[in-house]
Amino acid sequence: MRSDHPSAPLGLKIAAGAGLLFLHVPLLLIFVYAFTTEEKSYQWPPPGLTTQWFAVTWNRPDVWQALGLSVQVAAISTLIAIVLGTLCAAAISSTKFFGRETISLLVILPIALPGIITGIALRSAFSLAEIPFSMWTIILGHATFCVVVVYNNAVARFRRISGSLVEASMDLGADGFQTFRHVILPNIGTALVAGGMLAFALSFDEVIVTTFTAGQQQTLPIWMLEELVRPRQRPVTNVVAMIVVLVTLLPIFAAYYLTRDGDQIAGSGK
Amino acid sequence: MSTAAAVRGTPTGSAILPDRGGLSGALSDIFWRRPKLLLFLMLLPPVLWLGIVYLGSLFALLLQSFFSIDEFSGLINRQFTFKTYGELLLPSNLDIIVRTVVMAALVTIASAIVAFPIAYYAARYARGRWKALFYIGIMLPLWSSYLVKIYAWKLILAKEGILTWFFGKLHLLWLIDAWLSLPIVGGNSLSVSFTGTFIVFVYVWLPFMILPVQASLERVPTNLVEASSDLGATPGQTFRNVLFPLALPGIVAGSIFTFSLTLGDYIIPQIIGTSRLFIGQAVYAHQGTAGNIPLAAAFTVVPIVVMGFYLWGAKRMGAFDAL
Repeated sequence: MRSDHPSAPLGLKIAAGAGLLFLHVPLLLIFVYAFTTEEKSYQWPPPGLTTQWFAVTWNRPDVWQALGLSVQVAAISTLIAIVLGTLCAAAISSTKFFGRETISLLVILPIALPGIITGIALRSAFSLAEIPFSMWTIILGHATFCVVVVYNNAVARFRRISGSLVEASMDLGADGFQTFRHVILPNIGTALVAGGMLAFALSFDEVIVTTFTAGQQQTLPIWMLEELVRPRQRPVTNVVAMIVVLVTLLPIFAAYYLTRDGDQIAGSGK
Repeated sequence: MSTAAAVRGTPTGSAILPDRGGLSGALSDIFWRRPKLLLFLMLLPPVLWLGIVYLGSLFALLLQSFFSIDEFSGLINRQFTFKTYGELLLPSNLDIIVRTVVMAALVTIASAIVAFPIAYYAARYARGRWKALFYIGIMLPLWSSYLVKIYAWKLILAKEGILTWFFGKLHLLWLIDAWLSLPIVGGNSLSVSFTGTFIVFVYVWLPFMILPVQASLERVPTNLVEASSDLGATPGQTFRNVLFPLALPGIVAGSIFTFSLTLGDYIIPQIIGTSRLFIGQAVYAHQGTAGNIPLAAAFTVVPIVVMGFYLWGAKRMGAFDAL
């Protein structure tokens, strides 16, 4: 049994520990920089600590506007992705039909190909079709690659629901909609919520496709990108970065707790 | 409760139940008799969406790569030609392609080396609470904001940043200076060198490598490793002959992500790196200010083709079972 081997070789421990440190130290630094008094450079160690930048950021209308747009886009894209992803997962897992593999490939493609391809493809399609840029063009792009996240979660759950449950419900006289409402939905519910949260996090953070599908509108990542390319208000950027880390962590923890019984082993993060 | 209410009418003793009343009942009966219709209706919205929005756009993009731009007027000439693809072979453009592919390959190899110990420890030794901690420890960086991660490295690699401070404390600043004075990989400071670009790429894509490698290592039976050492293999031999071959599909699966993501990224080299372009930046520049959409489209075909070959090879190595 595995429990016969309680301890790992020292070299492995050090390598694994160093790897985890490499993954986490940069994120922790963000939290320190949010409190620095230094305005003009990225000086380390911080010359002093202050909380004044939180108040400054709070009073910035451009940050609030970007945040508002990001939340709207993420919410609508997530809703679309939940509907499309669940339908697709239900169809794929309930029956075997010709072209099944092709459809699952089609769902995965938007995230398997580099984002820049999705972005420029959408942009050139918008210009060919003469669709003006708006919030809806951003949503169109985001929903497309969010489908796969919901789909992955839903497919994993559908596989675990045994078909006999549905048959039993039908045998007991429930019609298709009642079976869906009272048998299938409670079973896939948590997977959908988890998938939806991850889709929300994905959309909230997306920048590559968005740069191509947004016109004048700024989502929060676009706002950050501007600051990264041409730093103007470093302290405000530090605070926004910290808040973004905190906001994206919540859905991840929640999604983890909702799906932790068994789905997670095979790397459900993609 | 609700299922009881669902039973309409009394048992008739016959196998054929009476029709259900109401619209939902009638619909439900139709779907039961004709499952193909239900399947069709379920697939219609997602396939329409992805087919029109995504495949349609991709197709439009491919089409434009066969157009060309008129050098004098700057207008797009909508005639079928391979001229734009020919431009890809110009030395300056070929340079961009080679640079990007080499970077993607190096990033993939480095990610695999850094990822393996983490994945192996998580798969074999971490139990109970530690297992959960490792899982969260990998998922958090994976899902944290992409831009914030890049921003964090901008803070770290800046000349006045923590890395210089740290090396200064260890009296090793000469090491950084020596590295930066090298040709190609060096530069004025780490944040404007290929070394910086490389480190950030590895950092940002590392979790995508860890997860599939861990998944493939979870499936390696422990007694296989034990048998190998019982038969007298050194740990190095066990790794080479037992663990590595069994983990390889996972590594290849992870490399699909690290490779593809590096090929298409244009934000990391723009923020941390030199002024020499990568494919993504070239695409962005050509479609933006230059307005040369045909050349931008032709550039995007490069990662598609490279990834096509890569996926084909990966499939032959059984990488898709490890996803």
